[in-house]
Amino acid sequence: MRLAVRLWETVLRYPVLFAMPALLLAALAATVAIHPRFNSFDAQSLAMAALPLAFAAAAQATVVISGGIDLSIGSVMAVANVLAASTMENAGFGRSLLLAAGIIAIGAVVGAVNGLLVVASRVPDVIVTLTTGFIWGGGALLIMERPGGGAPEQFLALGTGTVLTPWLSSSLLLLTASVAIIWIPVRCSKVGLCLYAVGSDRIAAFRSGVDIGRSRVMAYVIGGLFSAIGGLGLTMTTGIGSPRAGVLYTMSGLAAVVIGGVSLVGGRGGVVGPVIAAFVLTVVPADLIFLNIDPNFGQVIQGTLIVLVVMAGGLVTLLRSRK
Amino acid sequence: MDQSAALLDVRGVGKRFGSVVALRSASMTVRAGEVHALMGANGAGKSTLVKILTGVHPADGGSIVVRGETRAFRSPAEARRAGIVSVYQDPALVPDLTIADNMRLADVALPAVQHWLLELGVGNLPPGGFVRDLPYPTLRLIDLARALASEPTILLLDEITAALPADLSERVFRVVRLWRERGHAVIFISHRMAEVAVLCDRATVLRDGVAVGVTDTTRGSEDRIVSLMLGKEIVKSAATVAPRPAAAAGTTAEPPVLEVRNLRCGLKLHDVSFSLRPGEVLGVAALEGQGQQELFECIAGVRRTDGGEIFAGDRRLRLRHPADAIAAGLVLVPASRLQALLQQRPIRENIALPLFGRLRRWGPIRMQRERQLVADAVARLQIDTRAESELRRLSGGNQQKVVIARWLANGFRALLCFDATRGIDIGTKQQIYTLVRELAAAGSAVLLFTSELPEIALACDRAVVLFGGRIVHELPASAADEETLLRAAHGLVPHAAEA
Repeated sequence: MRLAVRLWETVLRYPVLFAMPALLLAALAATVAIHPRFNSFDAQSLAMAALPLAFAAAAQATVVISGGIDLSIGSVMAVANVLAASTMENAGFGRSLLLAAGIIAIGAVVGAVNGLLVVASRVPDVIVTLTTGFIWGGGALLIMERPGGGAPEQFLALGTGTVLTPWLSSSLLLLTASVAIIWIPVRCSKVGLCLYAVGSDRIAAFRSGVDIGRSRVMAYVIGGLFSAIGGLGLTMTTGIGSPRAGVLYTMSGLAAVVIGGVSLVGGRGGVVGPVIAAFVLTVVPADLIFLNIDPNFGQVIQGTLIVLVVMAGGLVTLLRSRK
Repeated sequence: MDQSAALLDVRGVGKRFGSVVALRSASMTVRAGEVHALMGANGAGKSTLVKILTGVHPADGGSIVVRGETRAFRSPAEARRAGIVSVYQDPALVPDLTIADNMRLADVALPAVQHWLLELGVGNLPPGGFVRDLPYPTLRLIDLARALASEPTILLLDEITAALPADLSERVFRVVRLWRERGHAVIFISHRMAEVAVLCDRATVLRDGVAVGVTDTTRGSEDRIVSLMLGKEIVKSAATVAPRPAAAAGTTAEPPVLEVRNLRCGLKLHDVSFSLRPGEVLGVAALEGQGQQELFECIAGVRRTDGGEIFAGDRRLRLRHPADAIAAGLVLVPASRLQALLQQRPIRENIALPLFGRLRRWGPIRMQRERQLVADAVARLQIDTRAESELRRLSGGNQQKVVIARWLANGFRALLCFDATRGIDIGTKQQIYTLVRELAAAGSAVLLFTSELPEIALACDRAVVLFGGRIVHELPASAADEETLLRAAHGLVPHAAEA
């Protein structure tokens, strides 16, 4: 009984935590309704399609929570993608894992560069990351001019196979494990508190003893980690490297962040909401295709959905502040 | 009086920001087991001294000795480690975190904070509650509890009672006395003379960046403090203005241009009523943060009131937007030119800004008419340059004249000057005050707030003193000398002996 009461209180305190899964369930229910022969293969395709976007959303969420924004996420994913596909092409499984670890480390370094530039130059983060996005994108083109490359079978299976049951895609597992390993320690530690504090009220955070610069750089580093894993995920799910692969993920990731209950001014939200929102944003266009709706029209519908969700969130905030 | 050890010894500390000297030479000694008040008017250097002591800025010169050791703090964390903890004017709590998380953020043990919250009478606050859901006075108490939980040797309280109701202030005093009894020191900054007399043992007074004296705060010491604040020369810089017409401004038959009844707004403005007659210059004297900003913003339509009414002439006003106020003839000249002017646009556009609606609603603006109106205003105010050049090339004083020129061109009934002469050279100040008197003589009304008390007598016919969000004194300009205003601005009852 006490557990039920505490559960209910948690629902009230973090409505977003429960709104997002509800939205996803609704989207999935709609999918099954539209396409009754939804089978395990479809579930797997869905997970694979959503994987890169989910990582982009996680990366953006981290930076936005700290009060910033990162417009270079897609480019970092592309760099990780082509680095993997070019170096792993003729490698064995063990070697590919080592390379993957190295690429993730590079992601962190790239994130640190973004963060340090933002903090040291005092130029707005929008402008800094827009610029670095071009630089990293150019770097990806230098590494691999045209789509190509490859990776060992077992490495690809990390993202494309299934585990235990045909319904549980290994990309889901990869996503959950990565997010848990990176985000949970951050969230439960002082580092995470500092991120939220800096995003919520920079002056109060400063007066409470937080090192603002270091916290902001940390946010970009964590974002870089997620972006790099997202790029590796692209390699797994597509099997090749493509220098322009990341183009769409920056903005879609931002949309997922907004739908996922993260406040664009910082300080509120988490990483789970945007990750789930990434799935919703992947399911909806797929549903529209099943319904034989013109894909171009589908984009209008998707955009409208985003606007409605954001406005609903804004309305809730407005009503709450009026009270 | 026993010679307790000096916990803090500040000598000759100075600080300048570029060409602005915020602090010239401040010296202060704080002993163990005492509550020491730090007093001074706006711009005297109090907040700069506080920031230096708490490690936000480094000092330019002088020495700071804490418990016998000379220190130079490079960060708030360093100051805190040396035992100097401050409670700032605004809550230093992150709104989107819980109370418990805020304490973790500052590395303060929650049980210690809860102990002090209990002492302050708010012991039943759930630590898992978000700070953004708590009322403002509670935040101040949490700030205080957090400061005390870090066991400060020197606790610095900056205007902590400013937004607190009387009962909460009492609790704060009790806790401050408790802390003093343990042999620590408290530096108490407040404008409320009554509180200082009750709570503090000694007071250091700053004036124009210099510490001008220390005194014991026994009963009756208010006079000494006030005279320290005034300094020996009571006559300020010789700004002479055209002599006032002897007769009182306006006839009582005409309705007041502006009437305010029981106005309430935000945390600082509680209950203000006054009327402004045509041809009158009414001065508002107040120390910082007594509600004057809210008052002017409400009348100018920049901010919504929480209660009370505003009348223009006989009409009750519903001000939802500055345009409503301007339409009613109430125009604002703010302290910060940045708030009133378009810096990159030419002077002519700045002056003509409110006119666009009148010169033509749709379609092109009648340039000739605009030029005419602008030229008239520029000539009237002797604005010092061609009206085509960018506004930001003008000096501060000339920029302020552009703001007034805009209202001259547009027409108005009451001019609301909010600290309009702040940071302006003496020559332009004189011009502006002369203009204000001319406008009044021509029948307009002016409501004038200034932080420089001597100017009240120079420019105004009548003055009201605002303290704690209420009008505490009203007096004619002839009686509005600096000392009387200063006393009233600190909440002191005016001398019965004063004429």
